[in-house]
Amino acid sequence: MRPVKIRVENVSKVFGRDPAGALAKVRAGMDKGQLKAETDHVLGLHDVTLDIRAGETFVIMGLSGSGKSTLIRHFNRLIEPTGGRILFDGDDILKYDAARLQAFRRRKVAMVFQRFALLPHRTVAENVAYGLFLDGVPRAEALRRAGEQIALVGLSGFEGSYPAQLSGGMQQRVGLARALATDAEVLLMDEAFSALDPLIRHDMQVQLKELQARLGKTIVFITHDLDEALMLGDHIAILKDGTLRQVGTGAEILARPADDYVARFVRDVNRSRILLCGAFADAGLSTAPDAPVIGAEATLEAAFAAFAGGAPVVAVRDGDGRIAGALTPQRVMEALARGQG
Amino acid sequence: MTSGFPELWDTRSFGRALDAAFNGIVANWGETLEIIFMPVLRAITGLERGLQFLPWWVVVALFCAATWGAGRKVVPVIVVAALLVLLGLLGVWNDAMATVALMLAATVLSVLIGVPLGIAMSRSDRVRGGMLPVLDIMQTMPIFVYLIPFVMLFGPGKIPALLATIVFAIPPVIRLTDLGIRQVDAEIVEAARAFGASPRQQLWTVQVPLAMPTIMAGINQTTMMALSMVVIASMIGAGGLGYQVLQGIQRLEVSRGLIAGLGIVLLAIIFDRIAQSYGRRVQANLHREGK
Repeated sequence: MRPVKIRVENVSKVFGRDPAGALAKVRAGMDKGQLKAETDHVLGLHDVTLDIRAGETFVIMGLSGSGKSTLIRHFNRLIEPTGGRILFDGDDILKYDAARLQAFRRRKVAMVFQRFALLPHRTVAENVAYGLFLDGVPRAEALRRAGEQIALVGLSGFEGSYPAQLSGGMQQRVGLARALATDAEVLLMDEAFSALDPLIRHDMQVQLKELQARLGKTIVFITHDLDEALMLGDHIAILKDGTLRQVGTGAEILARPADDYVARFVRDVNRSRILLCGAFADAGLSTAPDAPVIGAEATLEAAFAAFAGGAPVVAVRDGDGRIAGALTPQRVMEALARGQG
Repeated sequence: MTSGFPELWDTRSFGRALDAAFNGIVANWGETLEIIFMPVLRAITGLERGLQFLPWWVVVALFCAATWGAGRKVVPVIVVAALLVLLGLLGVWNDAMATVALMLAATVLSVLIGVPLGIAMSRSDRVRGGMLPVLDIMQTMPIFVYLIPFVMLFGPGKIPALLATIVFAIPPVIRLTDLGIRQVDAEIVEAARAFGASPRQQLWTVQVPLAMPTIMAGINQTTMMALSMVVIASMIGAGGLGYQVLQGIQRLEVSRGLIAGLGIVLLAIIFDRIAQSYGRRVQANLHREGK
């Protein structure tokens, strides 16, 4: 298994005049509503613990107010936790002093923002080079490295343009290039594609996956969109009211939602694109030698075509090349229906 | 003496104590202060003499160059040149140059003092809380009230006129610097922090550039207020166009007052054009669309 990149241990965050006192009350059993009503403190995060592994895309998802944007801002200490620890490569970043924290933000983590947050008075190239300028990289060198990232996100030729001259999708590519330019190991993406049109958004998701495959960054991605979470995330964490409800792969969460909230949340998703044939193959079912064969890692959707061709049974082959079992239309329908409780 | 309100404490002796304390300051510090402000006085007199010594067309050319530098547009340059020629035709050229020298000195000092104060205000709610009432007092206190202590300290002349002008004209640049920085998009400042910008880098790479149009509006207002102060300042020896207005009043010469007054209006328009065309260019740089 890959090493843990970011470990979040029992992190809580309370907003208000006396966060520590309010947190003690929460630990004594007061809930979020009571805390707000009685002490006028807001519980942003409550006892969140999770591991983000190197090289994976970890999606944190939840509706607005769930605390997801608060949580991601803890990873570079834009927000300080009220309690708990945050380890980066095993190093407690909460112990960093101002200078160390600045160096950490300049070299180790980079962030992409929902509304792009580009500098309107600087050109695309200067925006992309911004993190390098801050770190004292000489101007010519910074602009050269910025140029490489601009090419990587497909914006060559726009180096001298200003952000307001670009479309939303192009602006977010600049935001992405800016985050890539510092060569940080971790990318924090705060609803990075939420402000974009659906088609452009899909293009950006595809591009991010390609970049991820090529560069092997650790990506923490915040979204409120389940389809986006399932498409991008190696692991998905579901957050509600500042507490973590479930962490797992998309298929795990769909197959075994941890509670009613998660179940309701995932009910409307297109399950056939997420669930894998291997998880639903019946090992006891024998197949004819001429039956169509499908991989265990294929989605149920891939089996549809075989059934549509008239096959009554589809054989499922596991990773070792052996036939692990078989799927019937009946079993596929059962798997799809399970979410509609 | 009867008064509508009972005399609960001795205001007269309080007034006497205040006067005595101030007289003490004047006696002990007056000379030191005069020495401190000597370079400023030399700078103003030098600027005034320079503007009056140069041929009028050189001055016009300098103003045109400044206008071009500020806005990179031709029309304001022509307008400024025409207005300056008109000023010369009114026959108040030398007085106008004296006024320009005083006003420029007051504006430059106001900006040098006011912008840092505005930045300090924007960074701390406590500083802001302390400054706002002071600024309110500075703007509502009748101007003549400041003239008394300044004249006592320096005697009539350009320095007290300059200081009174600064006190009167500085609040807009302070207020609008604070406002401009506070209005900068919080997400962009957050982005700068996320990329490891130190507080100083946040200030100079994000906050001040993005607040520039608002800061420029403050500088423009400060310039206008400094100009409106010249008549009053002339009462304590600032000279220039204000002095002509004052003489118009004293001699009941409508023409003298009117012509000098027109000169002040022309100067106001000239400086407003320059400041506005600069402001417009800064604004355009922030929101470029198309080329």
